[in-house]
Amino acid sequence: MIDKTVADCRAAVADVRDGATIMLGGFGNAGMPARLIEALRETGARDLVIVSNGAGTGPFALGALFGDGRVRKLIASFPAPSSTQFRERYLRGEVELELVPQGSLVERIRCGGAGLGGFYTPVGVGTELAQGKEVRTLDGRDYLFERALRADFAFLKGHLGDRLGNVMYRGTMRNFNMIMATAADQVVAEVDRLVGVGEIPPEQVHTAGIFVDRLVQADRHPNLLEQPKEGGA
Amino acid sequence: MSLTRDGVAWRIAHDLPEGAYVNLGVGMPVLVANFLDRSREVFLHSENGILGVGPRPAKGEVDLDLISAGKGFCTLAPGAALFDQPISFAMMRGGHLTHAILGAIEVAANGDFANWKVPGEAVPGVGGAMDLAVGAKRVWVAMTHVTNKGAPKIVECCAAPLTARACVKRIYTDMAVIDVTPDGFVLRETAPGCDIESIRARTGAALAVASDCRTMDIPEVAADGTRLAN
Repeated sequence: MIDKTVADCRAAVADVRDGATIMLGGFGNAGMPARLIEALRETGARDLVIVSNGAGTGPFALGALFGDGRVRKLIASFPAPSSTQFRERYLRGEVELELVPQGSLVERIRCGGAGLGGFYTPVGVGTELAQGKEVRTLDGRDYLFERALRADFAFLKGHLGDRLGNVMYRGTMRNFNMIMATAADQVVAEVDRLVGVGEIPPEQVHTAGIFVDRLVQADRHPNLLEQPKEGGA
Repeated sequence: MSLTRDGVAWRIAHDLPEGAYVNLGVGMPVLVANFLDRSREVFLHSENGILGVGPRPAKGEVDLDLISAGKGFCTLAPGAALFDQPISFAMMRGGHLTHAILGAIEVAANGDFANWKVPGEAVPGVGGAMDLAVGAKRVWVAMTHVTNKGAPKIVECCAAPLTARACVKRIYTDMAVIDVTPDGFVLRETAPGCDIESIRARTGAALAVASDCRTMDIPEVAADGTRLAN
């Protein structure tokens, strides 16, 4: 019998090593795997490379990872302006930032999960973010080449999950979670509630179990129950 | 007299036609949602994965899993759809949105514009701005006509780092509505109390005047009591 469930978040992330690249799902607080990130803080792993849309929404989870000095590099589209923990480390030159337009970040992850090497996009042409990238003209329009992105781990947050690794999301939780599930060697899903096989209707299995290696039930981190600050994209 | 931020938003809202699929950027653009004509079906897109953003929830009716791109809680309009990032950015980059309303630091005569690298902000963030600018069918800018120091934001060439090249079609400011055409800027409407010479004096590029240029038809106070002009 397949059983991907893990007892708790600490066990689910225990093998993250120093220098690991980790994708973190979520946009703002919606779909953020905050319990897994808090468990990652306890492992002591350092020199991490984090792939995330932003840099955290407060002094917990991803924000706290920066505060703890555990991140070497952030690959993100919108680290400004809400994360003071990231900001302090970045301004001191202690964390590297690779800034990627949000849609290009998404598509780089999609390529990484779909067996593709990269893609050509018109986004960023003629801007600072085109520096160092190959430009190719197709049918008279300029495109930048963007490379695929993969990670050692991806942490997801879903609403319902089963022992096969199937995950269903609510509201705007899907965001980066569904695509990151395809692009890492070890995919760890944190869900609000573990349900029996077949209880998630097949039409509502948003992340199929084939993509998920470990699944853990955890309640919502208390910081996720508050109104977040207004913070831009 | 010139328009308030709400006034600029009101004016834009009245130009969005039935059937528009619109992304509203942070700042002045999100105010447009407050003035949409409810008799027209206009769908608001939020890049985190919503088509059909509804009003803010009433107190006690917040769903923690429903947020819009500004990261505040929202509701869903009837007929809304939820999706993940690849679909959301296919809508944006793939030319499916009819309008993107974006804030700007500068707009150039050829339609180049800058809005992602704010002067004085040491931590950069781009989000979905470049994707929207490249992909939406019509890119409209909503901004103040000049900076808070009085410098023109409508210029011959952008000095600030570009968001995208040659994409802005129209600019709405507290003083005017200006089209960006192959021949440069063309003044279409003046805000009540703003004459053409005062607008030209605050514009850092050549400004032609449309043959049918008119004074904007906008009340001083909106139906809900919001002040639109000062």
